[in-house]
Parts: sequence; C-alpha cells; structure tokens
Amino acid sequence: MFSILRSLWYTFLHAFHKRETILYPEEKPYLPPRYRGRIILSRDPDGEERCVACYLCAAACPVDCISLQATEDKDGRRYPETFRINFSRCIFCGLCEEACPTYAIQLIPDFELSEYNRQNMVYEKEHLLISGTGKYPEYNFYRNAGVDMGVKGKGEGGNEHPPVDIKSIMP
Amino acid sequence: MHELLIIAGVLLIVLNIAAGLIYVERRLLALWQDRYGPNRVGPFGLGQVIADMVKIFFKEDWIPPFSDKAVFVIAPGILVATLLLTFAVVPFAPGFNVFDSNIALLFFLGNSSLGVYSIVLGGWASNNKYSLLGAMRASAQMLTYEVFMGLSLMGVVMMADSFNLTGIVEAQRHGWFIFPQFVGFVIFLIAGIAETHRVPFDIPEAEGELVAGFHSEYSGMKFGMFFVGEYMGVTLVSCLITILFFGGWLGPAFLPPVVWFFLKTGVFICFFILLRASLPRPRYDQLMSLGWKILLPLTLINILVTGAVLIYLQ
Repeated sequence: MFSILRSLWYTFLHAFHKRETILYPEEKPYLPPRYRGRIILSRDPDGEERCVACYLCAAACPVDCISLQATEDKDGRRYPETFRINFSRCIFCGLCEEACPTYAIQLIPDFELSEYNRQNMVYEKEHLLISGTGKYPEYNFYRNAGVDMGVKGKGEGGNEHPPVDIKSIMP
Repeated sequence: MHELLIIAGVLLIVLNIAAGLIYVERRLLALWQDRYGPNRVGPFGLGQVIADMVKIFFKEDWIPPFSDKAVFVIAPGILVATLLLTFAVVPFAPGFNVFDSNIALLFFLGNSSLGVYSIVLGGWASNNKYSLLGAMRASAQMLTYEVFMGLSLMGVVMMADSFNLTGIVEAQRHGWFIFPQFVGFVIFLIAGIAETHRVPFDIPEAEGELVAGFHSEYSGMKFGMFFVGEYMGVTLVSCLITILFFGGWLGPAFLPPVVWFFLKTGVFICFFILLRASLPRPRYDQLMSLGWKILLPLTLINILVTGAVLIYLQ
C-alpha cells in the first residue's frame, strides 16, 4: 500500500524533471566523432585519392552494397574507376572502414540520408569522394609502405626496412 | 427548448472531453515519462485529436467472417450508450443536468452493470480465444467490483439521506464527505478504476498477455467506440467522485459553480492518468482476492460504523 503511494508520488515528481527528448529537426543531437553514418572516400594530404581499389571493402561488406572497378593511371598507381555504394542496403556496420588498408573509406557522423526516390540512394564515386583527409589528417599510405609511387623511395617508408643487399655476404 | 439546449450541451461537453482525453492522456503520460508526446500537429499538438479522429474514421472497419456479426456490431454501441445515459443524471451545476432523478445513484450503478454486457458480448462475439479470455476476466472483475462499488456509496447515501445527486451535493455544504467517508472514497476510487478497466486494473485488455483482450478483433470506429467509451468512463467516475465526496460544484464564490465542478473533475482525470503512468498490473487472482477478502469486508465495516455513528448522533 505504501509502496503504491510512493511510486505514484515519484512518478508525479517527474512532471518537474527535464524532458529527455531532443526535438530533432529543430535541435540536432550530439554525434560522437566515431559515429557510423554516411560513408565517404577520403584523399591523402597530397590531394591524391587514398583508395587503391583493393576490393577489401566490397569483400567485407555483409550486405554487398559496395561495388567498384579498379584501374591504373599512367604511373601504375591503382585507383577505382567507379565506386558505388547503395545506401538503401548499407547497414552502417563499419566493416568496410575496418577492412580498408589505406584509411580511404570512412564513416562520418551524418545520418540524414533521406531521399524521395530510392534510386537516389545509390551514391556514385563523385558523391562519395571528398577533398579532405577525413579522420586521419597526416596519413598517406604510400609514405608508410607499399610500392614506390614517387612519394618515397624503395624501403624508405615508415614501416619498412631498407631492402636487403643480395650482393653482400653480411648478415 | 431550454432542456434541448442542456441535452446538447451535455453531449457536446462529454464527447469533447472524451475525445480531448486522447490528447491529454498522451501528453500527461509523456510528461511523467520525461518525454514530449504529440506536439507537432497544430499549437501544442492539439490538432492531434482531429488527426486521430480522421484516421480512425477512415480505417477499414473489418467485421471478422468467423464472428457473430450482429452481436459484434452491437457490443461497442452498448458501452457508449450506457455511459452516455448515465451522464443524463450527472448534475454539472445547479439546474445544469438533463434529468434530476431521485434515484440517480441507483441509475448510475445499474447502467455501469449494463456496461459489462458490452465487453462480455464483444469478447464472445469475436469468436477468438484471447477475446474470450479477456471477456471472462472482465465479467469476473466487474461483477466483483460492482458489489462493493454500490456498497461503498451507501455511507454517503446514509449521510446525505438521499439517492439524488443534487441532494448529495447540497448535503455537503458544511463539509465534504471525503472526511467522514474516507474509507468509502478509497474503495469507490479503486472500484471505479476497476469498472472502467483502466491500468492498473486493465486485465481484461492486458496487452502483454491477451493481445488487446476483449477488443482484439475490433478495428476502425468500433474500436474507437471502445476507446472513447473508456475515456467517457474515466470522466464519469471522476464526475461521480467529485459529486459524492468533493462537494460537486460547491466552492468559493469567485468562480462559477460549473468551473469548480470541472476543475475538481479534471484533477481526478489527471489522477487516473497518473495511475496509468506509475502502477503495474496485478495478477488476476490477486485482483480477485483483493476484492473479496479485503475491500468487501472493509466496505461492510464502513457501512456498519457509519450507521452506528449516525444513529448515535440522532
């Protein structure tokens, strides 16, 4: 009996509490920087595309919403010819971001992806590619590892050892 | 002509309150759960009432092919009809009632008993196991609580020496009946919640267990009538609590009597919604044993003591 009256009273006191609701369209909620929203393709600090079209994101995607076609420029540097994400399928799991070896594909805190036409949910490469570096401002994949693309010499990357001199007998 | 105006006025007030409660309940529940509730349609979301009404009128009104069609259609009508009939005897202010009956209280009790038919027939005609279970629970619950709903008011009747609601209000000029009849008030409140089968006594509906209980098969405006009927029941019980225990329209003279009446009634309607916001539903057998083993003896003791005191004072 007492507990019933007490719960009535406590519920009544909630009339004077602050309301938790965020009135969304007028008032935006705070999204943490690692929020998994819309997917973008970033560029390295030199302004080149980070994506090397390795297909790991498309392979990791559990709903197969990423499709791309690799090609090479005249220097032999790989890049995606087309890059297409179907956001009507995407579940924003972030596995593509985890799979990406070059930090090219990133999920950003933006969820406002509504469209009137379902076909408009398919984003092409020109919609995905941004001019900036996204979450990793200093990172350039070719400076740390990988083939020589004019960014660094062979074996001079951050994660590399100098190449072994096969003519020498020293260990 | 004057009487026709009063009838139209009472109908208008009651139906508007019942419809407005859809909005008020959602807003108040939201307030007590730290939310906003409907606040988009019109100023403060008041247009939500109209939007809901339009929606419910245009919904498909499906009569299940396996149901007992005639009874299925009549059942929600019975509920609304009995409740509206009861409002005929409710005095909102001196002279502002449709029918000043000298047995108004009995009329209310009789009509609320008839209301059980609506639920039992509705649940039975739906020809659905969940509806039947809901209807069975409803009949048991309402029959139980009707017994001492009537008896709990006998203390008031003895003190006012009248079954006439106007007479009962006039008898409270020198003190509301809530003070001498506190036990009667508490029991009538509990029985009133059970009669309108609101939370926490909503086991006939019990959406967690019985889909929607007796009105599982109802849709469109037939469901709407059960819905509005529930709100009219809340309004009716709040009106009666005001009249029987809180001096009806009596109050300091700076406000007209009708305003006092609706203020007091409004407080009790809000209390009904507060109950819904805070209390869980008891188990079926707990409800029955509470009724028969605690509330019924208490009511009888209340009548005995009231009678003894009245005789002693004479």
